[in-house]
Amino acid sequence: MRYESPTTSSEAAAYLAEEKGEAFVLAGGTDLLVRMKTGLIEPDLIVDIKRIPVMQTIEVNDDGFRIGAGVSGAELGENEALVQAWPGVVEATNLIGSDQIQGRCTMVGNLCNASPAADSVPAMIAANARAVVVGGSGQRIIPVEDVVTGPGQTTLAKGEVIEAILLPSRPAESGDAYLRFIPRTEMDIAVVSAGVSLTLEQGVIKSARVALGAVAPTVVLVPDAATAIIGTRLEDDALLNLASACSAACNPIDDKRGTIEYRTKVAGVLGRRAAKIAYQRAGGA
Amino acid sequence: MAGVHVSTNVNGDAVEFVCPQNETLLDSLRDRVGLTGVKEGCGTGDCGACSITLDGRLVCSCLVLGAEANGREIGTVEGLAEGARLHPLQQKFIEHAALQCGICTPGFLVAAKALLDRIPDPSEEEIRYALAGNLCRCTGYDKIVRAVQAAAEELR
Repeated sequence: MRYESPTTSSEAAAYLAEEKGEAFVLAGGTDLLVRMKTGLIEPDLIVDIKRIPVMQTIEVNDDGFRIGAGVSGAELGENEALVQAWPGVVEATNLIGSDQIQGRCTMVGNLCNASPAADSVPAMIAANARAVVVGGSGQRIIPVEDVVTGPGQTTLAKGEVIEAILLPSRPAESGDAYLRFIPRTEMDIAVVSAGVSLTLEQGVIKSARVALGAVAPTVVLVPDAATAIIGTRLEDDALLNLASACSAACNPIDDKRGTIEYRTKVAGVLGRRAAKIAYQRAGGA
Repeated sequence: MAGVHVSTNVNGDAVEFVCPQNETLLDSLRDRVGLTGVKEGCGTGDCGACSITLDGRLVCSCLVLGAEANGREIGTVEGLAEGARLHPLQQKFIEHAALQCGICTPGFLVAAKALLDRIPDPSEEEIRYALAGNLCRCTGYDKIVRAVQAAAEELR
């Protein structure tokens, strides 16, 4: 195995493109090194992106936040402006693992690991986050929901690497939230999860995005759940409609952590609760 | 496989070693630097026995490559005591009998120090959350929490 630690994104993309064998990007390593240790993968090349300056910073401007692919969960939680603007995204990322894992794990790694239960992904999709993809032919920017196609599968071509996540600037009267269900208090993988982001106009929901995790082969954006609450003040019937839409969008597996029926029901419950938190954060009563 | 030459800093001392490119920092620290206070429990980031600080941040050394340590600053349990004088955390772990077999103890000490560096006066809940990445199969955790509380008091 060869280890490379380039200092530019294009150099990283070139290493990945030129490798004939199995090539992997190393961000926090909290998934990659586990897969190596357990023999699931045998990389021929690892490209460490943590020496690429543009991937290590959180920048804010009029368009919103740009979070480098190497930024750890702990660093997200320490960025007050980001916590204030996108509390749901930060909370979701900070739910991943222990303090030790938080010191290393990244949103982009969580995304590219392509688990349906990835905690940061429903929050990012609800937040309308976009990914900056760098490859041999330059740069493209795609919605986060277009990155993952199935468990362990992404749309990234050979020689492409995600450089950063873009979060839009937060409009007034907006809020987001993320909730997951696990059978213990922490250090577990989501059985079901829900991310909600919404914007109000005089207390009425003007726009919303709802995303669910661990209930389908990929995290799913649920436009019907958003439609169910747009134009409402999140009254009880709107919440029930949102819950129904969430449950209807589920296509989960049966496993030891939850049955199909259970996950389908809890998706509605979590969608409702996350919407209430987001609504309160947006300044709704 | 060509080895990679790593120049790093461990507990304030300049350290150099050569390791295979796929070797974990855990193995480099134990087998090349000789710091066997870093323990391997699970090797998959679940147990925290291999906890170290990397550029001041608490991490599992089993989830870091040795090659990544080039130019970084590493802190291990061996850096806690000053000569023969134990760090208050170490002293309180002894006084409160916060260990039995001891395998998890270095990781707990490093994680507890990272907590107290950040929050000098943590609540019990904060201590339990901060140490949730460290598993102990002997003590039942209560004695560890008491030892951290006692050390925090002494350090303030």
